[in-house]
Amino acid sequence: MAAPEFDIPEIKDDIEVPKLREGVMSHVKSFPAARPIQEFLGYPGELGDDWKERALGKMGDLLGKYRSLKVFLDACVHCGACTDKCHYYLGTSDPKNMPVARQELMRQVYRRYFTVAGKVFPGLVGAKELTRETLDAWYNYYYQCSECRRCSVFCPYGIDTAEITMAGREILNHVGIGQKYTNEILGKVIKIGNNLGLPGPALADTLEGLEEDMEADTGVPVKMPLDVKGAEVLLITPSADFFSEPHVESLIGYAKVFHAAGISWTLSSHASEAGNFGLFEANYEMMRKVAMRIRDAALELGVKRIVVGECGHAWRVAYSFWNTLTGIGYGGNDPFSIELQKQLDPSYPQPQHICELTNDLIKQGKIKVDPSANDDLVVTFHDSCNVARASRMGTEPGGQFDIPRELIRAVVNNFHDMADGTIREATFCCGGGGGLLTDDLMEVRVKGALPRATALNNVVKESQVNFLALICAICKAQFTKVLPKYGFDMSMVGGVHQLVSKAIKLD
Amino acid sequence: MIYAGLFYVATFVLVAGLAYKIFDYSRTPAPLKIPTTPAPTTRPGVVYRMGKEVVLFESLFKSNKWIWLFGWLFHMGLFLVLARHLRYFTEPVWFWVDIVQPFGKYASLMMVAGLAGLLARRFLVDRVRYISTPSDYLMLLLLLGIGLSGMMMTFVVHTDIVALKAFFMGLIYFDTQPLPQDPVLLVHLALVALLMLIFPLSKLLHAPGVFFSPTRNQADNPREHRHVAAWAARLDQNS
Repeated sequence: MAAPEFDIPEIKDDIEVPKLREGVMSHVKSFPAARPIQEFLGYPGELGDDWKERALGKMGDLLGKYRSLKVFLDACVHCGACTDKCHYYLGTSDPKNMPVARQELMRQVYRRYFTVAGKVFPGLVGAKELTRETLDAWYNYYYQCSECRRCSVFCPYGIDTAEITMAGREILNHVGIGQKYTNEILGKVIKIGNNLGLPGPALADTLEGLEEDMEADTGVPVKMPLDVKGAEVLLITPSADFFSEPHVESLIGYAKVFHAAGISWTLSSHASEAGNFGLFEANYEMMRKVAMRIRDAALELGVKRIVVGECGHAWRVAYSFWNTLTGIGYGGNDPFSIELQKQLDPSYPQPQHICELTNDLIKQGKIKVDPSANDDLVVTFHDSCNVARASRMGTEPGGQFDIPRELIRAVVNNFHDMADGTIREATFCCGGGGGLLTDDLMEVRVKGALPRATALNNVVKESQVNFLALICAICKAQFTKVLPKYGFDMSMVGGVHQLVSKAIKLD
Repeated sequence: MIYAGLFYVATFVLVAGLAYKIFDYSRTPAPLKIPTTPAPTTRPGVVYRMGKEVVLFESLFKSNKWIWLFGWLFHMGLFLVLARHLRYFTEPVWFWVDIVQPFGKYASLMMVAGLAGLLARRFLVDRVRYISTPSDYLMLLLLLGIGLSGMMMTFVVHTDIVALKAFFMGLIYFDTQPLPQDPVLLVHLALVALLMLIFPLSKLLHAPGVFFSPTRNQADNPREHRHVAAWAARLDQNS
C-alpha cells in the first residue's frame, strides 16, 4: 500500500513560522502492529473492551514511576515558547504538531482523571474525557514526534515533549495499539540480535565480503572481527552499518581506525545492534532487555572497552542509560554492576563514542590522516538530535558538538557550519527519528525535514557545500531518501567516519 | 470576620497544597538520566543552571524575546511587590523591606505591564490563541485585577494601612481585628485569597515544578555515576 500523494514544501530563504492550519496532518497514521508481534512483546493483540481502564491504569502507573511525566503534565503554563520550535510544526503547520498541543492531548486527560481542578471544572481548565477519538489522536500525533527534545531546550521549565510522547506510546501499546515499524524491529532485536533481523552466519558472511573489498581497495588486510574472545574493544554499532549505503562506509572507517591504531577489536553476533527502539516507547523493561544483550556480550567476550558507532538515539541510550540499565559504566557499588566494572579498563570512558576514540587517536598522533584526500568535498555537519540534546562526548559539556567538528576538521580541509539556531543544541531533527523512519510516514518525514533542508540549502548556495556529514544511522537513511525530494543529490550524505576512511593512512 | 476566615482557609490550602505537591514530586523517582544537554556535570553546576533559569528565565530568553520580556517583567515586578508587602506582616519591619518600599511601589507597573503583554499575546498570536484555555485568560485577569486594585490603593485612593496591618498581625497572633471596609481593599484581598486557593490546584504549580524538572535539575554524569531508581534496582536482582 503506497502512502498518499502530498506536496513537497518549497525551500525558502529562511525558516519561516507558518500560520496554523488545523487538521492538515490528521490523516497521517502509521501502520499499526499486527496481533502476533503485539503479543510477542507482551501487549494485548488488539483494543479490548476494557481499554479505557487499562489506559488510565497505565497512566497512573507511569505517573508514579516517572517524575518527569508528573511534573511536565502539571507545570505547563501555555506560554507559547515552544510553539514554533518543532520541525514537524514548521514543516506541516498542523497546530497539533506544536509541542504544547501535542502534550495537551495527554494533559487534558491527565487533568480530567488525576487533578482536582479537572474533576471539578473540566471546561475551565481544558480537561477532557478519554474517548476513542482522543486515543486515535494520540496514535496520530505521538507518531508525528521524533522525540528530538528541541522543545525542551526552549521551555522555561524544561518540559520535554519526548517524555510525554514516550508515555503516550507506552499507554497505547498497553491497550493493544502498537506501531508496526517500531514493534517489529523490537521483535527482531529481541529474537535475533539486531534491528535488521540479520542472523550470525549472514553477518559473518557480510563482514568477510567487506574485508575482501577493503583489501582489494587499499592493499592492506583490514579485518572485521566477529565474536573474538579477549579482544580489547567491543564495537556496538547500528546494524544498518552492515548493509546500508552510505552507512557501511563508516563501518569501513571504524575498521581502518582500529587497524591503524593497532587496537584489537570485535563485533558481536549476539549484540549486533546499537539501536534500541525501546527508548521510543518509554518501556523501561523493554529498553533494558534490548540493552542487556550488550552487557552479556561484553561479559562473554571479556572485552576491556565498549565503543559505540555512529548512531544518535543509540548513543543517547548508551551514554545516558546503559550504566543505569546494565551497569556499563562506573560508580556502581552493587554486585550487578561491579561484576562488569572490574572487567573494564578504567582509563577509558565506558561506553566511548567512536568519534571520541578516533579524535583522541589523531590528537595523540597514534593514527595519521591526510585531509587533502577529501579536497573534493566541502563539508557541513548535522548535529543529531539525541547526541546534541541528550548526551555528551568528552569531559566538557558541549563536547558532543566540538569533538565531531574537531574530528571532521582533522580529516577535511573545507568545512562550513550551517546557521546558528539550526545547529548544536538548537539543531533540527532530520525528520525521521524516534520510530518514524518508515515509508507509511513519508509525508511527516519529508515535511519534517524542511527546516534542516532550508539550513542546508543556504550553505550549499553560499559556501558550495557538497557533503552533509552525519553521526546517526537514522539521519543517514532519512536524508538519503528525503533530501532528493528537495532537489539535493543523495550522494552528498554520509558518515563522519566515511571521511575518516578516505583520509586515514594505513600501513 | 469573613475575611479572617477566608485568609485562614486560603493560607491552609496554599501551604498544605504546596507541601503535598512538593512531597509528591520528591517521592516520585526519576529512573533515568535525562538532563537536556549540554548540561552541567556537577551539583554546583546544576545549582547555577537552575539559578539562571529561575532568576533570568534563561531558556525562555533563548526561545522568544517577547514572552521573555513580558514574563520577566511580571515575575520580577511581582517579586518586588510581594517583598514590599512584607511590611504588613512584620513588626518591626525588617530593614531590607524598608529599602524595597519605593522599588516595590513602581514594580507594580512592571507587573501590570507584563501581564497586559502576556494577555495581548493570547489574543494576537494565532499559535498562542490556539493553546489557550479559559483558565489561562482568567488567571491573567485575576492577576491583573490584583495588580490594578493594589495600584489603586497605592496611587489613587489610599486605604487605612495602619488598620490593615493590625488586621493581618491579628491573624498571625490569632487575635482578630477589624478590617477597613474599603471596597477596593476588599476586592484586592478577595482576589488574593482566590489566587492562594487555586495556586496548588493549577498551572501555577510551575513555580515548584521547575525545581523538580529532571531536564534541568540533573547533573550530566551518567558514565561516572550509576543512577538507579528503587523500583528499577529490583530488576537487577532478578537477572
